Amino acid sequence: MSVTEELPTAGAADGGEVRWERVCLHSDLLPERGAAALLGETQVALFRLADGEVVATQQLDPFSGANVMSRGIVGTRAGVPTVAAPVYKQVYSLETGECLETAGYSPRPGQEPRLVTYPVEVRDGVVHVAVP
Amino acid sequence: MDSSGAPRKLVVVGGGMVAQRFVEALRARDTAGTWQVDVFAEEPRKPYDRVALTKYFEVRDPEELTLGDPALWDDPLVTLHRDCAVTAIDREARTVTDRLGRVHPYDELVLATGSNAAMPPIPGNDLPGVFVYRTIDDVAALRGWVEEKRAAGTTEKGFVKPVRGAVIGGGLLGLEAAGALKALGAEATVIEFGTHLMGVQIDLGGGHALKRLINGKGIGVRPETATKEMKAHRRTGHVGHLDFADGGRLDVDVVVVATGVRPRDELGRASGLAIGERGGVVVDLDCRTEDPNVWAIGEVACIEGRCIGLVAPGYAMAEVVADRLLGGEATFPGADTATKLKLSGVDVASFGDAHGRTEDSMEVVWADPAAGVYKKLVLSDDARTLLGGVFVGDAAPYASLRPMLGSELPGDPGAFLLPEGSGNGAPALELPDDANVCSCNNVTAGQIRGAVTEHACTDVAAVKACTRAGTTCGSCLPLVKKITNTELERAGVTVSNALCEHFELTRAQLFDAVRVADLHTFTEIIGRFGRAAVVADGAEPVASPGRGCDICKPVVASILASLGNGHILSGEQATLQDTNDHVLANLQKDGTYSVVPRMPGGEVTPDGLIVVGQVAKDFGLYTKVTGGQRIDMFGARIEQLPDIWRRLVDAGFESGHAYGKALRTVKSCVGSTWCRYGVQDSVGMAVELELRYRGLRSPHKIKLGVSGCARECAEARGKDVGVIATEKGWNVYVGGNGGFTPRHARLFAEDLTDEELLRTIDRFLMYYVRTADRLQRTAAWIEDIEGGLEGVRQVVMEDSLGIAADLDAAMARHVENYEDEWRAVLEDPEKLRRFSSFVNAPKTADPSLAYVPERGQVRPATEAERASGVVIAGPKLEVRR
Repeated sequence: MSVTEELPTAGAADGGEVRWERVCLHSDLLPERGAAALLGETQVALFRLADGEVVATQQLDPFSGANVMSRGIVGTRAGVPTVAAPVYKQVYSLETGECLETAGYSPRPGQEPRLVTYPVEVRDGVVHVAVP
Repeated sequence: MDSSGAPRKLVVVGGGMVAQRFVEALRARDTAGTWQVDVFAEEPRKPYDRVALTKYFEVRDPEELTLGDPALWDDPLVTLHRDCAVTAIDREARTVTDRLGRVHPYDELVLATGSNAAMPPIPGNDLPGVFVYRTIDDVAALRGWVEEKRAAGTTEKGFVKPVRGAVIGGGLLGLEAAGALKALGAEATVIEFGTHLMGVQIDLGGGHALKRLINGKGIGVRPETATKEMKAHRRTGHVGHLDFADGGRLDVDVVVVATGVRPRDELGRASGLAIGERGGVVVDLDCRTEDPNVWAIGEVACIEGRCIGLVAPGYAMAEVVADRLLGGEATFPGADTATKLKLSGVDVASFGDAHGRTEDSMEVVWADPAAGVYKKLVLSDDARTLLGGVFVGDAAPYASLRPMLGSELPGDPGAFLLPEGSGNGAPALELPDDANVCSCNNVTAGQIRGAVTEHACTDVAAVKACTRAGTTCGSCLPLVKKITNTELERAGVTVSNALCEHFELTRAQLFDAVRVADLHTFTEIIGRFGRAAVVADGAEPVASPGRGCDICKPVVASILASLGNGHILSGEQATLQDTNDHVLANLQKDGTYSVVPRMPGGEVTPDGLIVVGQVAKDFGLYTKVTGGQRIDMFGARIEQLPDIWRRLVDAGFESGHAYGKALRTVKSCVGSTWCRYGVQDSVGMAVELELRYRGLRSPHKIKLGVSGCARECAEARGKDVGVIATEKGWNVYVGGNGGFTPRHARLFAEDLTDEELLRTIDRFLMYYVRTADRLQRTAAWIEDIEGGLEGVRQVVMEDSLGIAADLDAAMARHVENYEDEWRAVLEDPEKLRRFSSFVNAPKTADPSLAYVPERGQVRPATEAERASGVVIAGPKLEVRR
């Protein structure tokens, strides 16, 4: 259901070639919960924070290998918005994707203990995500 | 080690508590592996806790009394020879011979043979039905006898003739034995030769108070009575009555003799070692006998001219010898004969010079005969230095006063004896570093402080592990906690029971706060009770408490659910739920879920089974029967859950709450409706209980079990609440669980009617829901809560806190407001929206899922199988909708 369209590249993390995709309406997202989105072959987790801001990370959980990050509990640690992985409860910063707490586990082989984040823009009530 | 580097040979004769402690202490310190230890035990089991022998009636499993870490006996440097008494010592050849005739050489020999129960030369002491009280086998034999007598005294019409028991000897062991007889359902009378009970430990005043309290427990006491003869019953030849020197007589069916112990010094005698005047192998203060290679510890050792029948001095001797064998210089610090125990629910404690025998000593006594309380301090002639104390009925001051033995008390000594809360609080005690806090393990206040300051222990559990304080009898734990917390505060460590960075409160405090303040949303709760955010270094301080986290959100969700705030996915509550509760299913490793419909009591109709089977087949789900007697269906994708549940709900199934911290199942055996042996309808009761408590949210999962007879096929004692049918009704057990630390549930109430049973469980569960910590099962909760099991029993059975009506009302509300969570979701389009796989492709399956066949079903493919391409199916497996 995703639609590709031209949008300015502002907000792209690495300045490389990105594709902005219209994903859903802002009102499709529940406050302080996540939702998964399928962008081509890439699975992305969207989180609508308490103040209405939307952030996006990879949907793949580096510690379980399952595509479930959107189903974690959204909260804060020292004022920083976070999500806790639903399988083994690692806690990640939603600002940087950094893993704040590994809960005693190691990532799956080939995985890093962090989440890739994607730029998000909400324009006219529509959520857009930039994917490489 | 000898010059060749091989370990030297150490033989320990005896496998009791002191032997266990000795080996444990030696192995903990002998890091170089100097000693190869061989332990010869007469009994066929690992060393067990003889002090807790009476507990055997409760747990009925000898394994539960096993002492210490069982891994000690797996140590390659330790060999435990069970059921293998040593029969001879050859000190010249330095060998011992075991009962099988095998000869074992030693470099050093430790005698830890303990004592025998003494049998006084009363005629008739060998009659059937006369027992001693010393080992698990003694206790098991006593139990068997009482049960046989009860069966013989039960008529066909169900009239039960009580089993009459007598205990000769009113000391510690005698009172334990009397309690044991009561626990077995027998009558008990204690016959004491001296003027009062526990004459060694407490004075006459304390003895009188103790007698009144013991009488109140239904145990008879006959002081100043000498037993002349035990007479056989004319017909049975079993013990039938006792004749007393004063001409009195007592009819009995069972007699326990508990008049004292005699050291097992026969090996020492035979090998020519010096023996004390009243028995025991004579040792010096280093616990060495006259033979430099032979040591004696525990009750067999005659030290300072006497044998001591208490475990704490035995442990001290064990530590001394362990130290000496490793080159240390330790000496026996003198016997600490302080005693604290609970006899049939009565607190008794004494320490130091309890009888006031020190010259010019004075006594301060506080007695309340009506309440059955007697407390006494023995002080030096200037009324300042503490010399001893006796406590009967209320031993609360014992823990803090005993370590002050020999020290000056601050302030008025009388203040220490007043009841708590009398307004005239006792002055705070600052214990000197050398004060002995844990007499079982010889741990001083200084060592506990050191555990905090030098070994970085930050809570009582860590201090226990580090120092072993409080790990044997546990009577000093309140004091250990106090010292630990004081020291932590002094070190600037805030002693925190905080839930997480968002809430300073514990779960129980938060529960009360939310209930009393009548709050209904997370925003209100964190606004009112949350604390300001902790901010990373250098960041701007944040005034708001933040928005919660994966710790506090599910706790608040559970509290709101327990207090009845509608559907768990309504409004803001939805944001608090863990993924399991959020989609009402159990997350599995590949990101799919499992589905468990409720089957109350494990009962399911053939039609129900067919529906479950057909649903599993149509959606390609893996099926497995669970431990809770129901069926789990695995591999359901998030977007399939509503379709699956629509079919299940249409067929009459409801949510099984397998995903929640909530009531899971009530397991049952088939009971009296079918079973040849069942005495009550266990399935009927299990169904009633499951329907009553279904949906009850709690600090952790709750499981129940109901067995239709004492054969216990439902394994109810492995559950949080276990119900076992009796001829007269139901016995209820609480605090059992499987899992990482399995626990057997303990007896809570007996022979309840159906109605009483429901009320008891209602209150027990609601009290647990309100006061337990986050993720604390009932077993740990009972251990933690004030008063332990007895405290919970008083709250539930006797309404000691005056909250029973409130608990009843709360449970009645729960029962009334129950609704099936899944039915409610299916009726609400707004809630159904959450079950989409992708917000931009709601019905598209997660393309990463992959399965392989196994034993006629499917399972998630492993990493290697995905790579090699043997995967048989992607996510779309279902044949039809």
